[in-house]
Amino acid sequence: MRTLVVLLAVAFALESHASDRIVSAGGAITETIYALGAQDALVAVDTSSIYPEQAAALPKVGYSRALSAEGILSMKPSLVLVNADSGPTEALNQVEKIGVKVVRLPNEHTVEAAENRIRVVGSEVGKTEEADKLIAALRDDLKVASESAGKPETAPRVLFIYTRGGGLMNVSGKNTAADAMIALAGARNAVTDYEGYKPLTAEAAVAAAPDVILVTAKGLESAGGVDELLKQPGLTLTPAGQARRVVALDDLYLLGFGPRLGKAALELGQKLRASPGLAQK
Amino acid sequence: MVVAALIVAAIGSVIVGLSLGAVRIPPGEILSILWGKLTGAAASGTHDAVLWHLRAPRVVLGLMVGAGLSVAGALMQGLFRNPLADPSLIGVSSGAALGAVFSIVLGGVLLPTLPFLHHAGFLPMAAFAGALGVTLFIQRLANTSGYTAVATLLLAGVAVNALVGAVIGFATFLATDAQLRTLSFWTLGSLGAADWKIVGIALPFCLGLVTLAPLFAGALNALSLGEAEAAHLGYAVERIKGLIIFLTAAGVGVCVAYTGIIGFVGLVVPHLVRLMIGPDHRWLIPGSALLGASLLVLADTTARVIVAPAEMPIGILTAAFGAPFFLGMLLRQRRKALWS
Repeated sequence: MRTLVVLLAVAFALESHASDRIVSAGGAITETIYALGAQDALVAVDTSSIYPEQAAALPKVGYSRALSAEGILSMKPSLVLVNADSGPTEALNQVEKIGVKVVRLPNEHTVEAAENRIRVVGSEVGKTEEADKLIAALRDDLKVASESAGKPETAPRVLFIYTRGGGLMNVSGKNTAADAMIALAGARNAVTDYEGYKPLTAEAAVAAAPDVILVTAKGLESAGGVDELLKQPGLTLTPAGQARRVVALDDLYLLGFGPRLGKAALELGQKLRASPGLAQK
Repeated sequence: MVVAALIVAAIGSVIVGLSLGAVRIPPGEILSILWGKLTGAAASGTHDAVLWHLRAPRVVLGLMVGAGLSVAGALMQGLFRNPLADPSLIGVSSGAALGAVFSIVLGGVLLPTLPFLHHAGFLPMAAFAGALGVTLFIQRLANTSGYTAVATLLLAGVAVNALVGAVIGFATFLATDAQLRTLSFWTLGSLGAADWKIVGIALPFCLGLVTLAPLFAGALNALSLGEAEAAHLGYAVERIKGLIIFLTAAGVGVCVAYTGIIGFVGLVVPHLVRLMIGPDHRWLIPGSALLGASLLVLADTTARVIVAPAEMPIGILTAAFGAPFFLGMLLRQRRKALWS
């Protein structure tokens, strides 16, 4: 009973300290604020905050690595939530010096970073209970995703192509958000020779021999659809290209490592394994 | 007369630069805050901090960088006897870019092993070292037995710039997404990093360039007749060349290090001043300093206000306004040449 009272007191204390004017500089942070139901306190976001749609209607403080101290301050924030790699460092230090609380959240492409973000944002906005629920749901989804993955040796080999039009295609190697998502979905990245992204080359695509090609929804759109994408040199010669196995998911959903991480991993795994012709392999 | 007008313009730009910004501060309050600073009253409130710690150092840095880049442009155009010359020709910008790329792409690897370099200070230091290093290298190439051939300096500059471009390209190829974006924003320029500490570091370099440059006015006037003629008039041409290049590299190097690449100011401002008061370097150099300072402060104010609460990279604005102006000037000169 006493513990309950203490807990309630703590909860109330947190609730009353919750910030009422938040500036968020990070797509996943903004998404987390909405998922926790704290969006009423959100007064401005950065350009990467494109989900949910309502977030896009808020004032924009710019790109999260080129923030302006005075721009942020003009929103009269009581709390500024940024990614650990947001900047410039000087601008954020100046905001802090003027007396506004700045919280920097690690944004590596890991489950820990996603859970930590939910936990910290939850305590900052006074929604610890909601945060715990969100983390539990995320863990459940990830558990289901890994359980339904099947044996590693039969897991589909996936080639992630990042494109934003203009015929420029980049392929993900190791240590990227896409690489981490492919692993969480219980699949294998077809390219493990390098870290980060490298331009797509015909021969490398053939050598990687992916079973499925993974793209973001916007990427597929900018490439002009599945047919145009598969016209890229080399892709038609891969198993994925021959069977037209292309999976597309929304950009921030797939790569954002936000509160929808669990659902994204689950859906990605299902879509990758459900690609036509893959089951018989 | 024109110089007086330019002084008024510079003062006006400072007033505009201090009054406008994302945070709305009434003019009366600005005056009372500044008066408070003069009389040593204790600082209080957000507006005080915004004005004194964000805007004021930006305006001062803008004045310094605008004056520095423009004076350097005037010096280069005089030295090379070429209206297209600007500091980037002798490798200052590409050298600084090389240093910046180096620090952005390799900084994460190097910093843990070099704990004395704190993160924020690493990029400017690398950029400054790159600017100075590449410039001196180009000058070395053009220097044979104590004589710097200006034509060779130009060509060596073009070649080394291309070489540095290749190195930057390679680093870009290695860079991650986040590094690429940092890099591309750096090449667009911004005064956003300004604080009093940076102003303090950059001040001696910029002030050195701007105050020492007028000493070379006579020599540059003589140089416009030709190097041999300048030497006959009693100027130590070689020493002057070396000093001008060093001053420019140091002054512009430190500007670029803190602000990234701000294009077209160094090229266009001296031409504007020439149109107003003629080619005499005794007036051209101080005129360029004043006009460059005012234009850069105004450009930065625009950058801060136009997309508030976000901020436009200033290099976009200077190039967007500078390039059409420059083209117009070019066409006008062509037409003149055709008619005469």
